[in-house]
Amino acid sequence: MNAAAKMSDLVKVGPVLSRRMMLGAGSGLVLALSLPARAADAPPKYGRDAQEQGWRDDPRIFVALAPDGTVTITCHRAEMGQGIRSSLAMVIADELGADWARVRLTQADGDEERYGNQNTDGSRSMRHWLLPMRRCGAAMRMMLEQAAAAQLGVPAAELSSGGHKVSHAKSGRSVDYGALATAAAKLAVPPRDLVKLKDDSALGMVGQEGIRSLDFAAMTTGTAQYGIDATMPGMVFAAVARPPVLGSKVVSFDASAAKAVAGVIDVIELPAPVTPPMFQPLGGVAVIARNSWAAMKARDALKIEWSASPHDSYDSVTYRARSLELARQPGEVHRSRGDTTGVLAKSAKRISAEYSAPHIAHATMEPPAAVVKCDGTSCEAIACVQAPGGTRDMLGAMLKLDKSKVTVHQTLLGGGFGRKSKPDFVAEAALLSRSLNGTPVKIVWSREDDIRHGYYHTTSVQRLEANLDSGVPTAWLHRIVSPSIVSIFADGITREQGWELEMGPINTPFAIPNLQVETGEAIAHARIGWFRSVYNIPHAFAIQSFAAELAHAAGQDQKDYLLRLIGPDRVIDPRTLGDTNGSEDPDLYPIDTKRLKGVVEAAAAGIGWGRKKKGWGYGIACHRSFLAYTAVAFAVSVDKGKLTVHRADIAIDCGAQVNLDRIRAQMEGAVMMGLSLALTGEISFKKGAVEQGSFDDYPVLRIDGAPRELAVHLVGQNLKAPPSGVGEPGLPPVAPALCNAIFAATGKRIRDLPIRDQLSKA
Amino acid sequence: MAITLKVNGKEQSYAGDPDMPLLWYLRDEAGLPGTKFGCGKALCGACTVHLDGTAVRSCQTPMSAAAGFSVTTIEGLSDHGDHPVQRAWQEVGVPQCGYCQPGQIMSAVALLASTPKPTDADIDSAMSGNICRCGTYDRIRKAIKRAAGVAA
Repeated sequence: MNAAAKMSDLVKVGPVLSRRMMLGAGSGLVLALSLPARAADAPPKYGRDAQEQGWRDDPRIFVALAPDGTVTITCHRAEMGQGIRSSLAMVIADELGADWARVRLTQADGDEERYGNQNTDGSRSMRHWLLPMRRCGAAMRMMLEQAAAAQLGVPAAELSSGGHKVSHAKSGRSVDYGALATAAAKLAVPPRDLVKLKDDSALGMVGQEGIRSLDFAAMTTGTAQYGIDATMPGMVFAAVARPPVLGSKVVSFDASAAKAVAGVIDVIELPAPVTPPMFQPLGGVAVIARNSWAAMKARDALKIEWSASPHDSYDSVTYRARSLELARQPGEVHRSRGDTTGVLAKSAKRISAEYSAPHIAHATMEPPAAVVKCDGTSCEAIACVQAPGGTRDMLGAMLKLDKSKVTVHQTLLGGGFGRKSKPDFVAEAALLSRSLNGTPVKIVWSREDDIRHGYYHTTSVQRLEANLDSGVPTAWLHRIVSPSIVSIFADGITREQGWELEMGPINTPFAIPNLQVETGEAIAHARIGWFRSVYNIPHAFAIQSFAAELAHAAGQDQKDYLLRLIGPDRVIDPRTLGDTNGSEDPDLYPIDTKRLKGVVEAAAAGIGWGRKKKGWGYGIACHRSFLAYTAVAFAVSVDKGKLTVHRADIAIDCGAQVNLDRIRAQMEGAVMMGLSLALTGEISFKKGAVEQGSFDDYPVLRIDGAPRELAVHLVGQNLKAPPSGVGEPGLPPVAPALCNAIFAATGKRIRDLPIRDQLSKA
Repeated sequence: MAITLKVNGKEQSYAGDPDMPLLWYLRDEAGLPGTKFGCGKALCGACTVHLDGTAVRSCQTPMSAAAGFSVTTIEGLSDHGDHPVQRAWQEVGVPQCGYCQPGQIMSAVALLASTPKPTDADIDSAMSGNICRCGTYDRIRKAIKRAAGVAA
């Protein structure tokens, strides 16, 4: 297949379907794109309908009621800290009228034919599953009422349910759900059009305060099971030495010292991948041992000669310099409205600025880890993966096994952030187990493995230019030089792609008549992968920093100016901007400038915008991503180069708010992670290899760097609006808000991330 | 020569590589996976356990150095998951992914043992060796103060 011919499709689908681009059968690789096929005149599919394997709302799939009344809810989405297991269970339990104390959780295996889509990314779980899960709970409640009607000999219409029982008010009788379990299980599920949801006002958990997540007890007692904790009887432990440079291969190796380490069982060479990388293991040499320690120790004793690679000369410093040169030249026009270059050419006052952001690594606290048993005829994996269905597909394709012979059990994820969407580590364990004729193999990546062999968030150099003749710009030119994620799925991808440019550049709702977005050539020399919030991170950094620079140049208050840029209240159809809206219905999720301004005002009010405290600077930024509107405001001071973050306020309008505590937790975490990336987040390459290895040279935020005060503001219409995203949208405004605050405090404008020691330099 | 040590109150004997870090002994040999691997270099605190009540990074504690000590892991902190720090963690809703929290809790318990009424500075100082990538730091501060009975 001609990869280039598929570019338009890739541009449309983005990472949503990219996990389907899997390892193929035969000698080479097949881009098995499962694109939504439809006739030209068929109505477009959006949202949950557009997802691979779609959705289910049958309570028999997701809810089990035991005769003792225990309700066991199966979660089919990956739990990586966003709290989705409890949030989806809350939705079902609320509609069902179940007692939260009698609800238990279980995790689904990867089985999309049964559960519908399980690919947990794109902040989609609640957006796509709120309604199906409500229907599940409601249908089950109706079945219980029907069973109770028969048992009590009264019409179902006279019954009400709640508090884990069905009640008959007239006679004062009630039946516990447990006592109805057997009878209800024999009833048919009511047809979808007859399933009656509770009125929103009757919901007692969804959108309410004080609901505690069900996983906290296990997580605070050491009993929660992550991928790294998985075991299988008779398992052995693997550690892999992978090529330091992408594309490099094993030429020869000497395993004598490694084999001398006590506990070592075997040394096995893994096959080198071919291009493009997709989710293939990187190859290298594996040590198999009786415990993790022996495997890691012996791995370090391997002597390996690596081949040259086309990426040997990748150097972050020269790459950035080259990207900057390109950003200063006209690029390939991706989108243009009005006559941006013409207007700019005639303008008397033009402002431009250049921004850069480095690679970053996910550094999930739990590194990639899995246990896999594969004897060549079947494969069973236990793993911390974001997409158990896609992992199953990939294992089946790679091992040439029918899907029915592949089982993927999903554990909790000790952080995901997009890294664990890529099951290369599971594939490593599968290949090794197959080499050992079915002995289960446990693989645990070291921190160095994780930092040096990841899927890195893209680098970017961006140049923005606008005119200021009339105080606010009438022309806006945004040029971006940034490698594309699509480069891991197809060769010949040499610049940022359309779906990536939909994360800010083409759809930031500034009321500017002339807008042009251009891209420059950016060839990938590492595996580029999505990181929580994806291209929204660098784009929002550049756009929201530049908006503040314009405010300063215009001599206006930063927040007031930001609101002026957004302009009057209006609802924008994303289609008019060439924005596919992340495959969500543009009528349901248009771009609403009033909502964006609403979060700006909420964050500003929280931080006490307009207050003047000596030595403190205030900054703000906003962004729409994953259909949600977020704004962040900071109050900071800088003393002798040392930054203190006194306070952060983050506001989100995510439409329907289901689990208030977990929404707040995601916003709090987004502020911390955003600070971490802005302050110290950088992966750099020299001679093709990553220079960092652990938390000493890839530092992440610690508690002593956290804001002294932090407040979350939930804004909006709650259940009157459709749910959008929560896991990712908090992150993009953090870095620009911080840099805008630093500018206000010091007059120093940070244009290159990370900030690191720039504040102590003149 | 076997190494003997006490783990969560039980006498244990170990005859393997004396260089093996206590972390991997607990996880791979003793069946106690609550103690987490995060970096193997004492940079992140995920592997924090108590040796005779003192918080240590088990990834940098070879078995030879743990000999004769009494080790407490997250599994041994309380019988029913109701140590005041565990309770505070649950009530404040600290965990997100939860992975680093056993280490955070073990560090917090050690802090409160030595400093029952910690200040903000005490908390930041004692807890700065424990990384949380989800960013639960604000709630960690609140939970420690709750467990200590000091105003947040």
